[in-house]
Amino acid sequence: MMQLVMFNVTNGLIVGAFYVLMALGLSLIINLSNVVNFAHGNFLAIGGYLAFTLTPYVGFWGALLISPLLTAIFGYFIEQLLIRHVYARNHIYSLLLTFGLGFILQDVCRVIWGPSPLPLDIPELLSLPITPDLFFITWYRVFMVGVVVVAVSGLFAFLRYTRVGIRIRAGTLDLDTVSALGVNVAALRSYNFAVGSFLAGLAGVLAAGQIGLNPNMGDDLIMPSFIAIIVGGVGSLTGTLLGGLLIGVAAALTTVFYPAGAEAVIYVIMAIVLLLRPRGLLGEEGMLS
Amino acid sequence: MNETFLRRNLQPIVIWALLLTVPFWLPLFGGYTALAGRVLVFALAAMSFNMLLGFTGIMSFGHAAYFGLGAYGCGLFLKFVYASTPLAMLAGTLLGGIAGTLFGLLLVRRRGVYFAMVTIAFGQVCFYIAYKWDDLTGGYDGLRGFARAPIDLGLTKIDIQNNGTALYFFILLVFGVAAAAQGFVLRSPFGRTMLAIRENERRARFLGIPIEKHIWLSFSISCFFTALAGSLYALLNNFADPQGLTYVMSGNIVMITIMGGMRVFWGPLIGAVLFVALQDYVSSAWPTTWMGVVGVVFVSVVLFFPRGLMGMLQKRAGT
Repeated sequence: MMQLVMFNVTNGLIVGAFYVLMALGLSLIINLSNVVNFAHGNFLAIGGYLAFTLTPYVGFWGALLISPLLTAIFGYFIEQLLIRHVYARNHIYSLLLTFGLGFILQDVCRVIWGPSPLPLDIPELLSLPITPDLFFITWYRVFMVGVVVVAVSGLFAFLRYTRVGIRIRAGTLDLDTVSALGVNVAALRSYNFAVGSFLAGLAGVLAAGQIGLNPNMGDDLIMPSFIAIIVGGVGSLTGTLLGGLLIGVAAALTTVFYPAGAEAVIYVIMAIVLLLRPRGLLGEEGMLS
Repeated sequence: MNETFLRRNLQPIVIWALLLTVPFWLPLFGGYTALAGRVLVFALAAMSFNMLLGFTGIMSFGHAAYFGLGAYGCGLFLKFVYASTPLAMLAGTLLGGIAGTLFGLLLVRRRGVYFAMVTIAFGQVCFYIAYKWDDLTGGYDGLRGFARAPIDLGLTKIDIQNNGTALYFFILLVFGVAAAAQGFVLRSPFGRTMLAIRENERRARFLGIPIEKHIWLSFSISCFFTALAGSLYALLNNFADPQGLTYVMSGNIVMITIMGGMRVFWGPLIGAVLFVALQDYVSSAWPTTWMGVVGVVFVSVVLFFPRGLMGMLQKRAGT
């Protein structure tokens, strides 16, 4: 029993870490640009597939670095080409735009890499279990959590210590003032979108190593990411972090005791949070509400 | 019938003339009447959705939930309770409408992107329940094993079961009554208040209008009508599909509304015609990449034709 609980808690943390990576990227874009990127899961898939193509040339480690960067560049161009045109319009247009974009990207993956699932080879060392007792925890799982921790710390450091990062945070609070102070807000939003895409790409590489690749691999992750953001509170990145881990672990623990309710529990958590604290755990009152 | 009456009501007159004669002219285009039924069902769903988007200024991205609940409610009633089409429609409408009303309570204080996100999540809850509760709902395969029952009027029976034309006119009747009711709501003082909220929420609040209550009511009414459309969809197909509960369906409802024109009462009907024609054509012309093609159309509509067809026509006419 203990081992089962252990297994599911670690599982939950890993799944939660994924939600966090996805949700942080989404959250960044929502906070600064007020756009819910429905295609975020497809950016994840693109990151994974790029890693698949790159691995024969640069190996897994190279792909882990390069693929998210390429996804970020791709995101930057998508923002320039499509998304920036709807910032000034009713939100429904940005939702529809990214919704349609998701369809397109999914078919792009299907045409380039084929509709059937593909594996992403990971280094042999990583596929071993850490000890015979804890056979269910492979080094890859530990590694994933490590990468997520590094990425999230990196993101928070970026937002705190770099000029662009500070401007992104300021823009989240009051974009008009930031603009009045002479910051190029349009460029800032593009960089911000690229950072969000980078996180999606990174999540894509990590996910591909664990569950393999298929054109709609992001679909299962996007809804929990939304819920992580709602639970954590729109406008707060720390809240998103907390929300992602919370629903990941809660879903995994429910698997131990009531497997059929594993996914339902995240919706129940959302409903409770909305009832008792509508702004989300760490959300600020009035933020986007 | 004087000239001003004609001019003022040209739109509805043309629309109703075309709708009433569908079984005569649609076969000329190689279409079939069931296709027209689908147009009407989607149009009703999108018009109901548009009461929120176009006339209250609130955007939901989860209306598939109420559409799907309507379909499941209707199907389950026919399958397990009693084989009566009107009662089953009532059951479906109540199921979807009441669910929407309850969800609405949690929603009314949210706005903008946040509102949309929560509606999406609620939509997924309904999908999830239909998907998991497979003893009752048939799970992934959807709900089968029910059939629309002929409508018993006492003296005579209308055979909507086997007669396609009768089914079409039945759906048209329901659509007409629902559209009239929606028009009535929108012209009532309540509907005018919805417009005021859309135009300037803060000012409306200063005028003493209880905004939250109005948005909640408007959401609730919209959900009841959407569920009615869903129950018609179950009757049309003799099938309720869990895929119809996902955010993809919600996105389609939004798209239909935008394509037709969200500021025009009949816009979603035109949008539904365009959407069904597009879906039918694209899925046969590009069987493997139809999704991508539909995506390109969505993106193009958003970027280049955000007012929709009716919106563009009206602008050109200078009204």
